[in-house]
Amino acid sequence: MRANCWYGKTDVRVEEVPDPQILNQQDAIVKISSTAICGSDLHMYNGFIPTMKAGDVLGHEFMGEVVEVGREVRNLKIGDRVVVPFTISCGKCGFCRAQAFSLCENSNPNAWLAEKLLGHATCGIFGYSHMTGGFAGGQAEYARVPFADVGPIKVPKDLPDEQVLFLSDIYPTGYMGAEMCNIQPGDTIAIWGCGPVGQFSIRCAFLLGAERVIAIDKVPERLQMAEQGGAETINYEEENVYEKLMDMTGGRGPDSCIDDVGMEAHAPAPIFAYDRIKQALMLETDRPHALREAIMCCKNGGTISVIGVYAGFDDKFPMGSVMQRSLTIKTGQAHMQRYMRPLLEMIENGDIDPSFVVTHRLPLDEAPHGYDIFKNKRDNCIKVVLKPDWAGNGNGYVH
Amino acid sequence: MNSERSILQNDADRSSTRDRQRTSSYDVESHATERAKPGLPSASAKKLARGLGWFSVGLGLAELLAPRAIANISGVPNARTGLIRLYGLRELAAGVMIFAQDNPTAGVWSRVAGDALDLASLGAAARSPNVNKGRLAFATANVVAVTALDVMCARQLTNGHHGIHAKASCMINRDPDEVYQFWRTFENLPRFMRHLQSVENLGDDRYHWVAKGPAGMQVEWDATIIADDPGKVITWRSLENADVDNAGAVRFERAPGGRGTILKVNIEYNPVGGVLGAAVAKLFGEEPEQQLDDDLRRFKQVLEVGEVVVSDATLFGTGYFEQRPAQPASADELERAEKLPSQTGTNYGSDYRAEGRMMQE
Repeated sequence: MRANCWYGKTDVRVEEVPDPQILNQQDAIVKISSTAICGSDLHMYNGFIPTMKAGDVLGHEFMGEVVEVGREVRNLKIGDRVVVPFTISCGKCGFCRAQAFSLCENSNPNAWLAEKLLGHATCGIFGYSHMTGGFAGGQAEYARVPFADVGPIKVPKDLPDEQVLFLSDIYPTGYMGAEMCNIQPGDTIAIWGCGPVGQFSIRCAFLLGAERVIAIDKVPERLQMAEQGGAETINYEEENVYEKLMDMTGGRGPDSCIDDVGMEAHAPAPIFAYDRIKQALMLETDRPHALREAIMCCKNGGTISVIGVYAGFDDKFPMGSVMQRSLTIKTGQAHMQRYMRPLLEMIENGDIDPSFVVTHRLPLDEAPHGYDIFKNKRDNCIKVVLKPDWAGNGNGYVH
Repeated sequence: MNSERSILQNDADRSSTRDRQRTSSYDVESHATERAKPGLPSASAKKLARGLGWFSVGLGLAELLAPRAIANISGVPNARTGLIRLYGLRELAAGVMIFAQDNPTAGVWSRVAGDALDLASLGAAARSPNVNKGRLAFATANVVAVTALDVMCARQLTNGHHGIHAKASCMINRDPDEVYQFWRTFENLPRFMRHLQSVENLGDDRYHWVAKGPAGMQVEWDATIIADDPGKVITWRSLENADVDNAGAVRFERAPGGRGTILKVNIEYNPVGGVLGAAVAKLFGEEPEQQLDDDLRRFKQVLEVGEVVVSDATLFGTGYFEQRPAQPASADELERAEKLPSQTGTNYGSDYRAEGRMMQE
């Protein structure tokens, strides 16, 4: 089959690789109809995620049709149309029982690698380094899905791919980012980052009862999409974020702040150069500028919700501000299985149509081009969907 | 686990009540204390001591009978032959000490003292004219290497059993009795312990174990159960003539709040090739505690989800050098993986899973 493989910094190639097989009896094989490039794929594309190996198949946002099931699979059958969550969870360990699915203890065979970096391991994740298990990803024609009874959610035939595809990651992730804010009526929520997850956080914050959402980014088309979602916006290259937020909130600060940026933040300040240099020298793995700013801006007693991905160690972390001002930090990889069903119902009810975020549709063979325009924010690119069954025409993309 | 004390010492303490109830031909207490007695040399250190003893005898005779040749080889042609003969006597005495006594410890330490004298003499010789610098350096390097071996051996002998200790623990979402039962069926262990090939029940609480050693070697031993308290603890140790002298203890503790079982495993063994062999194995990523940790993770998987979970990258193992790319395997690779015990996961546990009862359900 064809699959998008990682070979190093900004080097991904669509290649012929063996078809996946059932390895565990609770596996299913899914023929992929749509798969997306996630902002967190860029962390690997940019070479910031450790424990990658040349040839790793990328991709963790995918859906398709079940074509094979292991002996122990009970809930799925051949022909089912499913969306697969990016996290792999066993459904049986103490954490899965407690609905903390992304902390599953059984789905990461390389747990020891994660323990070295993080102290404890997290669940397995498709196409996301060896530290999260070393599972081949879904930017491919087929994928092997372990614990098929626990992860994939069946979706009705009448909903088009693009409406349900993002149940695989960014919609539940954006939702959990907003949910962790414990939004009360009348709350003002500030959101750093208007990438795809940020866009979902904006809409979910409103759905959860926020009165005002203030979105922060610098890319015009992303700010525009945020405004379409009802947010007020701040372009951090044009305005001082702290001053503007204080101005907008009477000096008190937003009730909660969501960091939808993660470890590769940009900032129009010397601190960016400082972080970038330390990152390049491997003195820190993350550039936590957005997180620092979110902490400093948040109101006393407020909540910082960190849903953007961090990999390792962060410098100049304003713990004093967190402690002195009674802030709460909530974070985590989304506990997907907790959210997929209720969020599918919201799509079915017409509360939200996640397809709004898609700007580009490409054949799978043009994944390298997709990574390039997504990373460099060229051609107004916000979200790329790859179609394995489209033939590549070699001249860019099909709009 | 207190590293000062043997596992078996601990377990003898803990399981003494149980042992009294148990009809067994083994006197658990005395077995345990014997092993734990400080100064009891491990088999591999004793073997090394004998080798060093022969080396002493050989070199001693050469120095005594052909002092001129020794002086030439060492690059000090003008050395006094009388002194070299004296050193030869010293070597012979060390050799005799090693072979004549039950415990070779003193003999090996006397070799260490002799090494120091040799090195001092070579150092003094280096300052005199008429020496062959190249030969002298070569001789010195050899003495340094032998000194390192002597010190290592002497320390091992002095500290008693200097085996490798590995301990690991994990929490399993199952009742302690169930976890105990699965472990107690030792034939199950190769399903998740990667280095074990088979365990065969010989009856009368004795088992024959076959494991993969370093560099493709196969090691075997018979072991006997020393303490067995259902739902609480199992300890075992190897019997005479084991390829790898080893002992182990597994404890099953009820986790608080209905969280299942806290499993604690301690294993102690004298590695193949001694401490040096273990150090070399470590260079190749064979870290005993890491292996045990991974084994327990797989044990947990078998008990909780019914099979060993495999990813594309870990088809051949979870070690750093065993990782494949996270990419589907070819037919050839899959065929190879099928042959590895506890790795493919395809044949594991469904029987157990079917009857298994999950807690908190």
